[in-house]
Amino acid sequence: MNFEFNEEQMMLKDSIIKWSQDNYSFDQRRVSADNPEGFSRAHWATFAELGWLSVPFAEEYGGYGGSIIDLAAIMQEFGKMLATEPLVPTMVLFGGVLSASSNEDIKTELIPQIIDGSLLGAVAIYEPQSRFDMSNITTSASVEGDGYLLNGSKSVVLGGAVADKILVLARTSGEQNDEVGVSLFVIDGNADGVSRNAFELMDGQQACDVVLQNTPATLVSELDQAYGPLMDAMQSISVALAAEATGIMERLNLTTVEYTKTRKQFGVPISSFQALQHRMVDTFMAYEQVKSLLVGTLCELTDDKSSPERASKLVSALRTLVAKNGKLIGDEAIQLHGGMGLTDELDVGHYVKRLMMINLMFGNADFYQQQFNEVAYG
Amino acid sequence: MDNAFSAADIEFQREVREFFSNEFTPDLKARAQEGSDVKGVAIEWQHKLYEKGWIAPGWPKELGGTGWSPVQKFIFETERCEAGAPDVVPFGLKMVAPVIIHFGNDEQKARFLPRILKSEDWWCQGYSEPGSGSDLAALQTKASRDGDHYVVNGAKIWTTYAQYADWIFCLVRTGNFEKKQQGISFLLIDMKSEGVKVNPIHSIDNHHSLNEVVFDNVRVPVENLIGQENQGWTYAKALLAHERTSIAEVSNSKRNLAEIIELAKHQTNHKGRLIDDPYFQSRLSDIEIELMALEYMDLRVLASMSAGDTPGPEASLLKIKGTEIQQALQELRMETIGAYSASLRQDSYQNELHKEGSSARKEYMYGRAATIYGGSNEVQRNVIAKAVLGL
Repeated sequence: MNFEFNEEQMMLKDSIIKWSQDNYSFDQRRVSADNPEGFSRAHWATFAELGWLSVPFAEEYGGYGGSIIDLAAIMQEFGKMLATEPLVPTMVLFGGVLSASSNEDIKTELIPQIIDGSLLGAVAIYEPQSRFDMSNITTSASVEGDGYLLNGSKSVVLGGAVADKILVLARTSGEQNDEVGVSLFVIDGNADGVSRNAFELMDGQQACDVVLQNTPATLVSELDQAYGPLMDAMQSISVALAAEATGIMERLNLTTVEYTKTRKQFGVPISSFQALQHRMVDTFMAYEQVKSLLVGTLCELTDDKSSPERASKLVSALRTLVAKNGKLIGDEAIQLHGGMGLTDELDVGHYVKRLMMINLMFGNADFYQQQFNEVAYG
Repeated sequence: MDNAFSAADIEFQREVREFFSNEFTPDLKARAQEGSDVKGVAIEWQHKLYEKGWIAPGWPKELGGTGWSPVQKFIFETERCEAGAPDVVPFGLKMVAPVIIHFGNDEQKARFLPRILKSEDWWCQGYSEPGSGSDLAALQTKASRDGDHYVVNGAKIWTTYAQYADWIFCLVRTGNFEKKQQGISFLLIDMKSEGVKVNPIHSIDNHHSLNEVVFDNVRVPVENLIGQENQGWTYAKALLAHERTSIAEVSNSKRNLAEIIELAKHQTNHKGRLIDDPYFQSRLSDIEIELMALEYMDLRVLASMSAGDTPGPEASLLKIKGTEIQQALQELRMETIGAYSASLRQDSYQNELHKEGSSARKEYMYGRAATIYGGSNEVQRNVIAKAVLGL
């Protein structure tokens, strides 16, 4: 029994910590985020060079062959970095969903391009009416020659505006809410019939709404059978995001404790007030809960003895706790920083917004808790 | 990173499971639950553990301990909870014995330890006083030296099972110094001494387990002093760090949760089975999700203990979260049972729910103590603030 990251994982983490200390202070990050695309292409090339983008991919595609534990290890550090580079849309989402798909030709072609930094990707799953439900899909795909044509609308596609390739979930048969009948396609970002309405998100990342009109597409899943593999891929993606969130929570708690030690009111550091101490103990415990459930989930997901029900229970429990405890930690960080917590100048609000984004985009506390309830008591 | 037990530990787990299944008989279980013969049942059960050599896992092996690793102790506790078997009465085996072992002299060890192992003496704990609860060091029970004796005057309170006890271990004031922690001594007092009076305190669970113990000029031989005079606070604090392996009570809570789920399958509301009610499900999962996290917090502490670390403030975290979850489960069990939780009828008169409800209510009411005793949860927060956050 051992709940620590191993030596290789610590080396990976250290390489991120070291690089970000030299190149990604909060002020340097701001410069990077102020690029028109919302991030620095030069940094992205460096991430590729340092091998970070290869971590989650199988060796047969030129990847590092990392497990979910390896991915979690680096995501914690990226969380602390508050990186605006498209790590989540390209490496975690596009890479994760593509890896779980069945089209070997496309995987062999595209995964090496993710790893070498030459390809940016995005995943277009949700639609205006689908909330977090991946079966509530109306975008349609019709056969056209060797390929397909897509028609429909996709909402808040993270990293979509700059993506070279976009994975799109579309209906090939069945009714709007059927799990059978959705298929996964890949399109070029600038293919015919793609209109991308870009906007900035609260955490500095960029997204777009996508409208597809007779857009040519290539099937990458088994026909009608994308839902199951996509759910599996989303499980790992959810854990990776939870790991990112723990990095942020750790940083927020640390920053808050340090601030209360230096901020003086009534002639003493405000950290000497028991009312505030107990609140910081509660946020510390909230973080320890999430961290513990994260390591437990990582252990059990990589242990072939775990049933699919148990895995699903763990991941939905983890994400429920990330959402609830993340909200507590974020709210308390702002509150205990007082007026400073409201300033754009301080990193605190930016961490809080990133944490909020993680829960807004792919499933909030209610969504995951309902999922938990169905598995546990249904 | 992995959560697996070694093959040897899995074999050990099998042996422990077999022991509980053979020795914790249905008859013993029924009498333990019924609760009218607390002392008799405890001693009978402890004799079985003694015979097996498993009565004192926390003691050094040469004095009657088991020599188990932290993981083995954890497995033993987990299996015990899953079998529904009671813990040993802690006051002798887990509380005073470690102090005698570490700070007592050879005569004291020879005199007290074997009797504790065999459950021949029943001990109780004399720490809290009417005027000193969380501020324990403010205690005022006074022991004045008179020749070969101390003369003890004062009162201890919240003394669990003092009515059964042969001995009480006390913190008493033997001196007044600038720091109140100095001047405290650790004294063993025979409950049959002249001037010792036990006054029962009836608690909100309609039960009598708590007492006030009053000392009126009680003469205690000086050989009953542990270690040095005025050093008792140090000994008591060292003791607090012991026996914290199962503080979170994860296995107990897991069993309680499973029982509540089972109950909720048979209870109905206006829409159908309670277990199918989404609101009820969310109340369950609020607790279950925290319990899953607690289990891994507990295992993380266990893993670091196995690597040779002593648990520090993590124990406070486990205590806070563990007791919060226990109380939440007690509350939910009562509400699952519904109006029968109010029934004081303890048998199954006409309906099994009288018994279920009565026991759920008792557990709920007495369960309020868990966030108060052993260092209240507020005191535990102070410990974390100081040690972990450096505040």
